[in-house]
Amino acid sequence: MSAAAATTGTVWGALAEFDSPAALYKAAERVRDAGFEQWDTHSPFPVHGLEKAMGLKRSMVPLAVLVFGLAGAAAGMGLQWWVATRAYPLVISGKPFFSWPAFVPIMFECGVLGGATGAVLGFLGFSKLPRHHHPLFESKRFERVTDDRFFISIEAADPHFDRSATVQLLERAGALAVELVEEPA
Amino acid sequence: MNTGTHTGMPHGDDAHAAPSLDRAQVTLKREGAGGLPLIAGALGVVLLAVAFIVGKGDPAQLFHSYLFNWVYFAMLSLGGLFFVLLQHLTRAGWSVVVRRLAEAVGATLPVTAILFVPIAFGVRAIYPWASEAAAHDPVIAHKSGWLAPGPFVVRAAIYLVLWSLLGWWFWRQSERQDRMGALQITRRMQSVSAPSMLVFAITLTLASFDWVMSLSPRWYSTVFGGYLFGGLAMSSFALLIVLALLLQRRGALGGVVTMEHFHDLGKLMFAFVVFWIYIAFAQFMLQWYANMPEETNWFAARLNPGWLPLTRALVVGHFVIPFFFLLMRDVKRVRWGLWASALWLLLMEWLDIYWLIMPSLYHDGPRLRLLDVLTFLALGLLFAGALAWTLRRRALVPVNDPRLVESLAFENV
Repeated sequence: MSAAAATTGTVWGALAEFDSPAALYKAAERVRDAGFEQWDTHSPFPVHGLEKAMGLKRSMVPLAVLVFGLAGAAAGMGLQWWVATRAYPLVISGKPFFSWPAFVPIMFECGVLGGATGAVLGFLGFSKLPRHHHPLFESKRFERVTDDRFFISIEAADPHFDRSATVQLLERAGALAVELVEEPA
Repeated sequence: MNTGTHTGMPHGDDAHAAPSLDRAQVTLKREGAGGLPLIAGALGVVLLAVAFIVGKGDPAQLFHSYLFNWVYFAMLSLGGLFFVLLQHLTRAGWSVVVRRLAEAVGATLPVTAILFVPIAFGVRAIYPWASEAAAHDPVIAHKSGWLAPGPFVVRAAIYLVLWSLLGWWFWRQSERQDRMGALQITRRMQSVSAPSMLVFAITLTLASFDWVMSLSPRWYSTVFGGYLFGGLAMSSFALLIVLALLLQRRGALGGVVTMEHFHDLGKLMFAFVVFWIYIAFAQFMLQWYANMPEETNWFAARLNPGWLPLTRALVVGHFVIPFFFLLMRDVKRVRWGLWASALWLLLMEWLDIYWLIMPSLYHDGPRLRLLDVLTFLALGLLFAGALAWTLRRRALVPVNDPRLVESLAFENV
């Protein structure tokens, strides 16, 4: 194949094209078993079980949700405590200044807000988003990823990456075509 | 109707395999516990007789103990019916492998209904509105059209007959499908499930008013049915987890009910731990905030120095501990985590029912009397005996359900 054509710029990584989810799945298992860490699969739709074939670790997003959620709840209760007992104490219907049951709904809502914020920020952060461009967009072939083609990309930054060996691995894994993608100038 | 068995997994060779269940996986082995239903039932009847002899001199104690334990087991068996209705209503595929267990639980409702009979005779020993003094209380006298022994028993009979019919019907239909395999039976169960759910919601609400809330006849809370429902739903998932784990220890359902199913049951159980505290707190906060004597008396009876420790223990044990425990994904996917959380929550549900009912007998704090234990054991054995009987009648899985393949291949994403 014409994959390992000579390149002039810095190589970002290798991109392999597949024609079916099954081929993608099987190839992902081989890439996983070869020990790669900095690689990804691309598909027009979610492929169930692919995370197992990729050997993905569990997402860190839930942890972010927990931390942000608890922080939100604590901040919500803290704010009300501070307002009701320190900043502007008022006697309301004869109850103590710090009438915590009345503060629970707002604490709960702040907890939900914090958790949701944690989910969004955690997702963006762990996915390294937002970014305006990606080297893969340099590839003409990659445009079909939103249509009917499936891809595996392996980054050159991965310690296991070796220009010819990695391309060969992808070809042997059943790729229709493999190309080297360069960093945009 | 789409009862297709494919799961939409593009690569899933396993999803298209025909279900290959052998008999050992889906039936209870009879040897060993040959007469379990009979032994448990007989022992239950004996203990019940002992309880009634012991409690003859103290009807208030006897009937309160009986009522709270009966309500507990009634909620458990009704939980089985609720689960079955919910699965048909949502056309759930994942849950088919555990649905027969819930059907068997719901099919014990006729036994629950028969065991209501002593309560019908104990109305005057339990409910303040049935006493002589109530006639002179204008607030209670105003409710005498509803809160009177005759209508109370008639209403209870209506709820219990409806539940028994539904519980029995779904169990029998599903069992007919085992033999005939007709797709039509699934369709019929689906269309019956929607009105049944409506009946379930209305009767459960009214039953909770009658049996539990009316112990404090001056007090009212419109969300009370929802409160009882929260505990019911939570314990229905807990009971299914315990049943499936027990059956797997006895060698059945291996490879049929997988960690994926347990995980989902655990998630639903967790959800209803949260639902319960949500309703409980909503009920408390509004009345605490308004601070009107006719509303706060019910909480005052549970926040006095004697009852406060149990009230706190309930908040911690029924919500805080299980919330943070079940929040972790892994404990819902290991046996010890499932055992611990399901048994714990079944205990907490029992404590919750105790906390709802017993303050009207013990004003200064919780006590555990011999009669509480006796009636618990008696009703528990009768429930277990009835359940063992229904479980052993048929396969443990609806073997001809059109969604069985989907359920067997089910995976959490």
